[in-house]
Amino acid sequence: MTAPTLPPAPELDLLATDVETDLRRSVRAVLAKTCPTEALTALADGTDDVTAPAWTALARDLGLVALLVPEEHGGAGAGPREAAVVAEECGRACAPVPFLTSAVLATALLVRLGATEPLARLAEGGTAALVVPAATRSATGWSRGAVPRSADGRLVGDVRGVVGLPAELLLVPVDGPDGPALHLVDPGAEGVTLTAVTSLDATRPLTDVRLDVPLEGAGTPLATGDTVTAALDHALATAAGLLAAEQAGIAAWCLEQTVAHLSERRQFGRVVGGFQALKHRLADLYAEVGQASAVAAHAAAALGAATDVPVSVAVAQAFCSEVAVHAAEEAVQLHGGLGMTWESPVHLRLKRAKADHVLLGSPDSHRDALARLIDLPSPTPKAG
Amino acid sequence: MSEQRHDLERRVATLLEEHDPATTGRAEFLRARWDAGLAWVHFPEGLGGLGLPRDLQPHVDDLLAAAGAPDNAPERNGIGLGMAAPTILAHGTPEQHRRFLRPLWLGEEIWCQLFSEPGAGSDLAAVATRAVPDEATGEWVVNGQKVWTSSAHLADFAILVARTDPDVPKHGGLSYFLLGMREPGVEVRPLRQLTGEAEFNEVFLTDVRVPGTQLLGAVGEGWRIANTTLNSERVSIGGQAVPREAGMVGKVAATWRAHPERRTHGAHQRLLDLWVQAEAARITGSRVRQQLAVGAPGPEGSATKLVFARLAQQLSALEVELLGEEGLRYDDWTLTRPEKVDFTGRDAGYRYLRAKGNSIEGGTSEILRNIIAERVLGLPGEPRVDKDVAWKDLPR
Repeated sequence: MTAPTLPPAPELDLLATDVETDLRRSVRAVLAKTCPTEALTALADGTDDVTAPAWTALARDLGLVALLVPEEHGGAGAGPREAAVVAEECGRACAPVPFLTSAVLATALLVRLGATEPLARLAEGGTAALVVPAATRSATGWSRGAVPRSADGRLVGDVRGVVGLPAELLLVPVDGPDGPALHLVDPGAEGVTLTAVTSLDATRPLTDVRLDVPLEGAGTPLATGDTVTAALDHALATAAGLLAAEQAGIAAWCLEQTVAHLSERRQFGRVVGGFQALKHRLADLYAEVGQASAVAAHAAAALGAATDVPVSVAVAQAFCSEVAVHAAEEAVQLHGGLGMTWESPVHLRLKRAKADHVLLGSPDSHRDALARLIDLPSPTPKAG
Repeated sequence: MSEQRHDLERRVATLLEEHDPATTGRAEFLRARWDAGLAWVHFPEGLGGLGLPRDLQPHVDDLLAAAGAPDNAPERNGIGLGMAAPTILAHGTPEQHRRFLRPLWLGEEIWCQLFSEPGAGSDLAAVATRAVPDEATGEWVVNGQKVWTSSAHLADFAILVARTDPDVPKHGGLSYFLLGMREPGVEVRPLRQLTGEAEFNEVFLTDVRVPGTQLLGAVGEGWRIANTTLNSERVSIGGQAVPREAGMVGKVAATWRAHPERRTHGAHQRLLDLWVQAEAARITGSRVRQQLAVGAPGPEGSATKLVFARLAQQLSALEVELLGEEGLRYDDWTLTRPEKVDFTGRDAGYRYLRAKGNSIEGGTSEILRNIIAERVLGLPGEPRVDKDVAWKDLPR
């Protein structure tokens, strides 16, 4: 085994194209119309008047669900850069749509496996969910958890905390007799129990999945062995890289709203945003938000060029996760009492940012991965 | 654009044909380059340029370097090339252009900057150095003290901001001069800093005479012109793509790799966190550079120095700790006068100490935060108690 060396950085184009700028404008307009604050807040009270119209608008009106589906499978054949624009806008709007989970994560997995029939369903507006715990960062991490098993003619297991449900198709990686296998499971099949749990972030539903399915029903695995592992890693990296764009979007929204609020709010006879203690906090946040946007664009460009993906994604997740949470926490604090209220849109971003912090691997887990990639090994245990 | 490039390439080829660098003396070659308009192509014709877009210059520099041509040693005259020249071009008379720009570019005259004073740091408009006209000779007589002047001991000329009218509020009473550093009454003393060396100087000005022809712009315009100078400082940043782990993070990472026995879990977490932040800063810098290259500078650039300073300080601090007792050694406290500053040079102790200046020099981090908050985010300015008060009546 050779010693790892530092991967050199590719020079990637980080400027938005005209197509991307137009796309951003359309998505922002659609989400502003379909995701009003009151409807998003009502999700936590069990009323969902927002997911279906928002998803329909994205999927049907803008045709964005099949962005990553290749043209030969009936999709748009666009790339991660375009998907990052949509993800970023979903973050800004706190859109409760399954874009990241279905149109990115599940789609990337199916594209990598060349799964024609399921991709055709997604291209027509269907949704799919990858049945793994939400915090899964890599195939290795997944395999060390409580993984469903297929044996003795049945597929059995409990997977807690899955995102992306409800969906029309379940992609279930399992520990099979010959190693990892990926099964397609109909969520309506006998033996599939989906229990919606109360989620910290009501704009991203969380579900516990119980499987006790006869294998005939689950059919032949779509893929087995190392193919599954590699495809899982690819899909998780794609989703993690584009999650960074969502996080950059949340952070940008929080900064803009906080600046707007502090430019209006008066105390002690002054505009509160004129107090230097607050100005300096916002200037620091501005620096972070600008960096998060660049780092997320870099991750999307790396995914698009299929170069430097592991380092770019780990950096993007380690960085943008922290910035989104910091921006949301600053937004709550700097909105004062208002930031603590249920009516304010700020708490929606705090919850989304904190949930995104955990989703697809915490910043700590991404830094751990990075340590191996860039040859900064952890301390070796020593005697004494 | 590509036609301009081709034309430039032809001009470079002609210059190289007529003045083969292998057989032409350095000074002669540089003069020929100036005359060909290839010194700085964005300057006007007749002043070393061709009136072309600024971003064509690196191509010229690359072509000439590849042909083995000598350059004008720009690192020796950073203030002259980066700050004095654009200001003189923007605000000078045709006579001033002819007198000063050519020897400046050729490196025959080195420049320094006389802006900061002991009583005027972040509050630059508070400068107290006085310039008084001598009606008999048409000269100006300058008295005062300047500080943090790099290259003052090497310089032939200085760009100077001095007070010409103490009876108006501070911004309105300043004028901008080109002062001869070899004139009688100019005294330069090294200013030793916490690293032991003296990169900078104090400059004492006692009855120094400046010809009337060396006033730049109009009397009372000093503040506006000084802002041209300070803005060009920002434009001169840019250029090449930066490799991963360039700068301070590379030093710390190398130390980590070289000393497995010194690794701790706490230091590992700090290192990885800082590595990610340094990489984020590098990527952000790439985007700022790409935006500049297409003529669409974004506001992110304003935060670059803020982030750079913080990271340099945190990384260099970590390295001293990582090195254990090796980090307690210091290479040399001798007072030296370095001509070039290398933030990542010397040893870890030096880097730690020198990095403290990064958040002070060229605009403190606190002033930069004010600027971002006010100019980028549009938040209210600081209360100004001195705005409408005559400079001479300000408490000091």
